[in-house]
Amino acid sequence: MLDILHEYGLMFLVGTWPVGPLGGFANTLVLAGLGLGLGLSFPLAMLLALARTGSIRWLKMLATVWVYTFRGIPLVMVVFWAYFLLPVMIDTTVPAFATALAAIVVYESAFLAEIVRAGLDGLPKGQMEAARSIGLSYAQAMKSVILPQALLNIIPSLVSQFVSTIKATSIVYIIGVQEITFSAQQINSIEMTRALSVFLVLAAFYFVACLELSQFARWLEARIRARQLRPA
Amino acid sequence: MPDMIDLQHVNKWYGQYHALNDVTNQVKKGEVVVVCGPSGSGKSTMIRTLNRLEPIQGGRIFVNGEDIHAVGRDINVLRAGIGFVFQQFNLFPHLSARENVMLSPLKVAGMTKAEASELAAGLLEKVGLGHRIDSMPAQLSGGQQQRVAIARALAQKSPLILFDEPTSALDPEMVGEVLSVMKQLAAEGMTMVVVTHEMGFAQEVADRIWFMDAGQILEDSLPAEFFSNPQHPRARKFLSDVLEPRGAATLPY
Amino acid sequence: MDFQLSFLLSADVLPLLFKGMATTVRLFACAWVLGMLVALLLVGLRAVPWRWLDWLVAVFVEYHRNVPTVVQIMVWYFGMPEILPRDIKLWINRGDTEFLFAMIALALNASAFFAEDIRSGMRTVPHTQLEAARSIGLSAFGALWHVILPQALRISVPPLINRALILFKDTSLAMAIGVVEMTYQTKAIENLTFRSMEVFVAATLFYLVASLVLMALGAWFNQRFPPAHKG
Ligand SMILES: Nc1ncnc2c1ncn2[C@@H]1O[C@H](COP(=O)(O)OP(=O)(O)OP(=O)(O)O)[C@@H](O)[C@H]1O
Ligand SMILES: [Mg+2]
Repeated sequence: MLDILHEYGLMFLVGTWPVGPLGGFANTLVLAGLGLGLGLSFPLAMLLALARTGSIRWLKMLATVWVYTFRGIPLVMVVFWAYFLLPVMIDTTVPAFATALAAIVVYESAFLAEIVRAGLDGLPKGQMEAARSIGLSYAQAMKSVILPQALLNIIPSLVSQFVSTIKATSIVYIIGVQEITFSAQQINSIEMTRALSVFLVLAAFYFVACLELSQFARWLEARIRARQLRPA
Repeated sequence: MPDMIDLQHVNKWYGQYHALNDVTNQVKKGEVVVVCGPSGSGKSTMIRTLNRLEPIQGGRIFVNGEDIHAVGRDINVLRAGIGFVFQQFNLFPHLSARENVMLSPLKVAGMTKAEASELAAGLLEKVGLGHRIDSMPAQLSGGQQQRVAIARALAQKSPLILFDEPTSALDPEMVGEVLSVMKQLAAEGMTMVVVTHEMGFAQEVADRIWFMDAGQILEDSLPAEFFSNPQHPRARKFLSDVLEPRGAATLPY
Repeated sequence: MDFQLSFLLSADVLPLLFKGMATTVRLFACAWVLGMLVALLLVGLRAVPWRWLDWLVAVFVEYHRNVPTVVQIMVWYFGMPEILPRDIKLWINRGDTEFLFAMIALALNASAFFAEDIRSGMRTVPHTQLEAARSIGLSAFGALWHVILPQALRISVPPLINRALILFKDTSLAMAIGVVEMTYQTKAIENLTFRSMEVFVAATLFYLVASLVLMALGAWFNQRFPPAHKG
């Protein structure tokens, strides 16, 4: 295993970069990071969660259908759809990375929306009532009272979801996105006879990163819980 | 004296359940009305309709001459003119005592930060928390939290404050500090509707007592009359239950 | 884009779709059963008071929780044959190798999560419940059956159903090693016929309907057996 790591470490880490495009684990992290946060999936998830907890019937229904649909089909199917529909919709060829990103954003938005919704539902009903009682509008109450609390409480779940997203990106090599699983496939086709080592090294990359992040999430969870249980 | 609150044939249903049954009554400016009655009689429901935390299905409610349940009214403006104090305090736990009090002046009244902060400091001083201005709610006792909540309601500068069992969630030794703040407000001429089981407070402070049962105001009388000579049999039973709670002696063993 | 239902129902395509669906369902069912058995074994092993065993189980669980399922499948399919004795390899290769390895990988993956869900259910029942049950005269089995399990299952079953849903969707990852399940079949039919829309719609509906059934099962359970109030 170590010899594989020694020989192909860079390829696992960054793919063929800087000669070729950025690949490897770096690209995995970029894809997961863009896919979950940074202005893409998260705002969509917030809107979905607000629609689901709100009182406008048709918005509620639309958001619910969205969430159940993407929770109910495998990511691979979403990737297929993106691969097929995106070029038709915008009438040009779409790079594999962008296709994968689009698929991950819509897929993750459903799961994130459920997390945000749980955060909103988890607050005592009295918080919204008190906020409205002092004359705040729904939007003001959300912004000043509800969201600051809800978002703090869901930070650990967001980190866990980031772990899930990192793992989920491992399937997009099927449309040729050069992330770390793609690298492993390439290395395996060069090496032929050391498949076990190659794929165990691949597993180790995910293992270390995801385990660290999971433990970070657990630590955050404990801290936030301790804050809430502070003696009154 | 003109009416501060005017309830006209108010009806409310929870599904099939008739929670408020043709409630009609008035509260005059400067009056303190204590609402009492057995659990489930509709006290919370009634008081929560006064600032439209609960919708009604029939009748009208005027507060300060404004139709609270009229469609198209800016309910936020109307609510800003009505203080509300909850049984569970409902302070915003992510904001300090001062920030809790400042929120409405800042966001609704449009005060500057400096003005709101000064107002908050003064009000917290008034409820006896001048030394805890920057504490977070979790660092305060129940009695202190409820006093912050009262300061938060006062910051709306409204002539009317509604209280729904403000002392029921408190440890007994903290009830007094909250009641004394409320007595002070009453003395200053604040219009107050107070749902409470604190009969001592009612006797001392209330101008009138409403006794509710099964979604109706069965009795509306002066405290002296209510305590010495309750008219309605259910009011009599209620009074004997709160004033001399039946203890273990009547348990069947 | 015109949508031709007749294409899906044609004698060339329909049997292929059914075959894909059948393989998906078979893969799911086999992996679920095997996964549950392994999970129960893991829970049992955790009860044995040997430190090193506890540690081993923890490593097993963390590996399966933190490595992508598709990578686990690849480790089994591409990696395992290298270290298996020749005879076993030959024996395996006579059967459906892809299906077998995918099934094992999915089952072990699920077992790690199943085990945690079962354990968290058991942990929520305080020890005093057993004492209370025994003190009113219930036998050990009676206490388990009437008092402990009903409480533990209320906590365990909802996440177990959710896990089953994830396992069901994860069967699609077996396409990576060439198992001809629904996702692989979808792509294969598309490559042959170029009727992407029709096949994708059919496959999406298949997954969606099956998932909704599982979600409905979870919702029903939650309603029928709400978790005991938190104490
Ligand atoms: N959201 C609701 N949905 C259905 N029924 C409700 C709801 N809220 C209150 N009720 C019912 O309406 C009746 C009046 O409730 P309310 O809370 O006003 O009573 P209360 O007089 O304040 O009692 P307590 O002294 O226990 O606070 C009760 O029977 C209650 O069960
Ligand atoms: Mg009440």
